[in-house]
Amino acid sequence: MEIGLEHYLTVAAFLFVTGVFGIFLNRKNVIIILMSIELMLLAVNINFVAFSSFMGDMVGQVFTLFVLTVAAAEAAIGLAILVCFFRNKGTIAVEDINVMKG
Amino acid sequence: MISSDLQTVLPELVLAVYAMAALMWAVYRGKDAEAPMLFGLTALVLAGIGLWIGLQSAGTTTAFNGAFINDGFARFTKVIVLFSAAIVLLMSQQYLKRNALLKFEFPILISLAVVGMMMMISAGDLMSLYLGLELQSLALYVIAAFRRDSARSTEAGLKYFVLGALSSGLLLYGASLIYGYTGTTSFSGITAAIGTEKLSPGLLIGMVFLITGFAFKVSAVPFHMWAPDVYEGSPTPVTAFFATAPKAAALALFARVMFDAFGGVTGEWGQIVALLSLLSMFLGAIAAIGQTNIKRLMAYSSIGHMGFALMGLAAGTQEGVQAMLIYLVVYVTMNIGVFAFILNMEKDGQAVTDISALNMYSRVEPLRAVALMVLMFSLAGIPPMVGFFSKFFVLKAAVNADLAWLAIGGVIASVIGAFYYLRIIYLMYFGEPKEALDGSMPAFHWAALMASAFVMVAGAINLFGVESLAGAAAATLLK
Repeated sequence: MEIGLEHYLTVAAFLFVTGVFGIFLNRKNVIIILMSIELMLLAVNINFVAFSSFMGDMVGQVFTLFVLTVAAAEAAIGLAILVCFFRNKGTIAVEDINVMKG
Repeated sequence: MISSDLQTVLPELVLAVYAMAALMWAVYRGKDAEAPMLFGLTALVLAGIGLWIGLQSAGTTTAFNGAFINDGFARFTKVIVLFSAAIVLLMSQQYLKRNALLKFEFPILISLAVVGMMMMISAGDLMSLYLGLELQSLALYVIAAFRRDSARSTEAGLKYFVLGALSSGLLLYGASLIYGYTGTTSFSGITAAIGTEKLSPGLLIGMVFLITGFAFKVSAVPFHMWAPDVYEGSPTPVTAFFATAPKAAALALFARVMFDAFGGVTGEWGQIVALLSLLSMFLGAIAAIGQTNIKRLMAYSSIGHMGFALMGLAAGTQEGVQAMLIYLVVYVTMNIGVFAFILNMEKDGQAVTDISALNMYSRVEPLRAVALMVLMFSLAGIPPMVGFFSKFFVLKAAVNADLAWLAIGGVIASVIGAFYYLRIIYLMYFGEPKEALDGSMPAFHWAALMASAFVMVAGAINLFGVESLAGAAAATLLK
């Protein structure tokens, strides 16, 4: 079977949805949320690279490099905030993020 | 080629280099001992660049193959962003000092966030859009959690981070689909590829994802849930900053993408934006009624105001964009005044955020109470104040664009919303006498509060010429 563009897009869409659900359905640990965010960004990267390769246009791959760089910075800042939060509360369980409620 | 590109991005370049130089200098010199000086210097640099951009000659220049656009619309919104950031920074200093938060990182993070906002406003390509947005967001996540030893502030930072990262992910997924279906990331290329036909399903999904990401950033319903918690948990100067510059920048970016990249299919996104606008106005009005924390109340108030500003965008006309820009200027001015007041709500050296503390405030500080009353009337949109005219412009634009139902919804929401603004005035003048606030007010805050209240009254004559400036800026966006 020929592996075409739609196969890559399907995998990416599946990964993306997994990431979104990982953020909303997860009740345990904030680290899992950070992993889900990475998953979403990587799904986007697959999209970009697949489009780029099938169109023969380099812009998508350049975009991917930017996304990778920003994702690294984002993960660093997320972890830093998480460490501060842990120092104050002694826990990183999602259900304990509840000082303020609307 | 490269030298003319650099010429175009020079203001951003200067600010970015300033931020990095200030960081290095403060790290190697006295660290937090340099903080007071850095606050003043950064505010000066921001205001100086604002003046510089404001005085730039008219005309549109682009740089880096169209990835960066410097036009009238960009200059207008950049001036709002730079001046509001400078004023909020100057107002922050006293509060941070009283709360042992006077750290040199604060002004540097603000300047980096402002560089990001300027990039967003001038974005002409999905790549520069994303990089600007992330530069702004990453700096904002950190300042939301600026009070590191407080559970509330770090919780606010964490919530903001998770939802902000989610929104960036959604936006990026939309960007990837748009790239795939049009074969380009530049806005002009996207417009050319779309034409004026109906959008293909893939492009429509991409555009909806993109709009979702923007709706998160401007805290439009149903993507607003981060705003109340982040506003409440962050230190008050940070809340003041969130309520002003980033809102203006995100809204400007929203308008830029919609008109520059999807300008040919106004009808397709107009309905989505109209829905966001209607929901935001109603939720902002209704959910604020039960709030007792003034920072939370201001969060719902800003959600409602963003709904009104989006009404101008939903109209999809030049008149609509002009109305949106006027609304932004007025909204930012009102918020600066209100937060100058909130920053000084204190009792026995403790910051107070409960609105019951305002009971009979008019007896304690009559002048400040009058100024706050004027601002509350203006936020509610009651006629002689400027807040009424800004609402009037967006409503008129919506009616002229055949969105009468949206305009009627806006009027109803603004009547409901008036309740909680008027309740604050009621408390100040007719409340039960209680132990009053006793915070003194630094001269700069007093001046900001009074100036903002004065503008809300005096501006009713001619809006200080903002109307024609906004009109010219809107004309460059729609070309």
